[in-house]
Amino acid sequence: MDNYNPANLLLLLVILFNFFLLGSSRLNACIRTVAIQGGILSLLPLFIHGFSGHSLFLAGGAFLLKGLAIPFLLLRAIRQVHIRREMEPLIGYVPTLLLGTLATAGAFIFSDRLPLIEAHRGSLFIPVGLATLATGFLMLITRRKAITQALGYLIFENGVFIFGMLLAEAMPLMVEAGVLLDLLVAVFVMGIVMHQINREFSSMNIGQLSSLRE
Amino acid sequence: MIAALLLLPFCGGLAAFCLPSDRFRPLLLPVCGLGHLVLTFFVIQGGQVAPLPLAGNWIGVDPFSRLILLIVSLLFCGCSVYALGYLRYRIAWGNRIFVSCLLLFLSAMSLAAVARHLGLLWVAVEATTVASAPLIYYNRNRLSIEATWKYLILCSVGIALAMLGILFVAYASLAGGAHVSLQFDDILQGAANYSKPWLRAGFVFLLVGFGTKAGFAPLHTWKPDAYGEAPGLVGALLAGGLTSVAFLALLRTLQIMDAAGDGGMAREAFLAMGLVSLAFAAVFVIRQPDFKRLLAYSSVEHMGILAIGVAVGGVATFGAMLHLMNNALTKGVLFLSAGNIHRRFASKRVGEVQGAITLVPVSATLFLLGFLAITGSPPFGPFISEFTILRGIFTGGHYLTGGLFLFFLAVIFIGMGSTVLSVVFGKPLERKGDINYRETIMTTGTPLIMLLIILFLGLYLPESGRKLFADAAALLEVRP
Repeated sequence: MDNYNPANLLLLLVILFNFFLLGSSRLNACIRTVAIQGGILSLLPLFIHGFSGHSLFLAGGAFLLKGLAIPFLLLRAIRQVHIRREMEPLIGYVPTLLLGTLATAGAFIFSDRLPLIEAHRGSLFIPVGLATLATGFLMLITRRKAITQALGYLIFENGVFIFGMLLAEAMPLMVEAGVLLDLLVAVFVMGIVMHQINREFSSMNIGQLSSLRE
Repeated sequence: MIAALLLLPFCGGLAAFCLPSDRFRPLLLPVCGLGHLVLTFFVIQGGQVAPLPLAGNWIGVDPFSRLILLIVSLLFCGCSVYALGYLRYRIAWGNRIFVSCLLLFLSAMSLAAVARHLGLLWVAVEATTVASAPLIYYNRNRLSIEATWKYLILCSVGIALAMLGILFVAYASLAGGAHVSLQFDDILQGAANYSKPWLRAGFVFLLVGFGTKAGFAPLHTWKPDAYGEAPGLVGALLAGGLTSVAFLALLRTLQIMDAAGDGGMAREAFLAMGLVSLAFAAVFVIRQPDFKRLLAYSSVEHMGILAIGVAVGGVATFGAMLHLMNNALTKGVLFLSAGNIHRRFASKRVGEVQGAITLVPVSATLFLLGFLAITGSPPFGPFISEFTILRGIFTGGHYLTGGLFLFFLAVIFIGMGSTVLSVVFGKPLERKGDINYRETIMTTGTPLIMLLIILFLGLYLPESGRKLFADAAALLEVRP
């Protein structure tokens, strides 16, 4: 357990940022928070696997993409479309925060019951990963702006990344690189689509994307 | 050989992006499409293929890969010729992004077909999402942007769930004390020792993740929008190519579960998904006012049929493999001819489109025949494959499943029929749509050839073809 300590501190930070994201209405701050969260996550491989070539590459790649490139793309997208706040979430901020708290507590209780291997018992990786997945889902479900949905997807991906940390040896470098690259291109395309949504609808509320239904 | 197969469309896509001329750029499509088809035939004939440098054993060809490669390549080759006619008609719109994305899409689908590493498979499937999203947006209006956004978010999140499933499978090997690797052959070898709870959790996430991409109900919600708003040829590639690739990922998952000795639970899940998909399709097909969305529900239906075929096993597995091919090509016929009708009438609502047979006779006839084929009327291919699946269901003693299967198919036949007949026959409304539009051999030749292929498959299955499908089916019948 001892050698996990710095990593545990980082993971607790990740949880705090989850709560901030659920409670904040300022898009700019949200994007920056997701950037910081991604940056923190990118340090994890170094703490777990030491300074090997693989973990250095993974940390560097994740830092560049999750911490810098993707937030840059999103910040550019909201600058182009002049929006600052998520005005009307489907569920208010306080209820989402409460739901987030419940989900986090649930994640800790649930991961105690999972059949983990000895080395991972009591580690924070699995509960924090699950809690981050839940946060991403909550963002996806409760927010109406295209950009907050994209953020929800990114947080969700961060949750998957945390879980993936336990299994880094299963993922070869090339595949990790491919995963990160796919993520980058996906956000790039989402950014373009957001711009078009804004141009066509003069707002980025996906609530207006409702003409296609039965 | 495989490297050429992947690199040809990839480089074609890059070249298309660099070429300045909108007039000549589309020519790259049939060039790459034909080249890809020729290479595919070599790969299928070639038997054992030497491993690629750099990729190690992450890339390889097994009977599934051969089948999916052939389907994707045939469909793309046809669509690429159609695209020439289509893009000439739409020359003012520009086609730089469209052509490059089509080729990159082909490259990603081929990579998914030959990937033998779960991580690589994931990367390829996600790449298909990203490459096809701009294709759906080609018409650049409010509806198409809504469809694109839904497609992008739903499929990305779905695929992220699949990644979680892959990680769970890796954790199952860790918890089971086996060698941790996501290379497919390693997994199949070690799966018997994997920790069962983690493997099952992984299976559920993989089923939901790749199932979103394949469009099983109730995860299909992106499908009607994307197919409805995308150009006909993109609809054909999504309904025939992309869904087949996603289904391949599901077949790989099933192989893993079989190897772990847990195939029974997996098959039950497939069966349930399949029946739910049929039920959803049957409900939404009835009185469907939009004939392109109608095709989307038909696609949901056929994913359901495939899942049931695989779940039942035995002779039905062979039927499902055959049906993959039949479904893809018939969807090609339907979407391409529907695209022609859509263009002539500038509408896809049933009230506004009537009497297509007098205005666009060839496309309307193809659309009608495609409808008869997809609903399983003899003598077309889907009749044989659906009948084989049905035979498998009844010989396996699943009478309830068989009854429901027949009932839903009948409902869908009637529901689709009323919409299709009112589009094809009747008296056309005065002065509606684009009266300058004329059918050309470019836009009707391709669906005609696809129709001839499924007619041929319905009448006579050559030995080499039978072997292709039987080999693929055999992969799912190996049980420990």
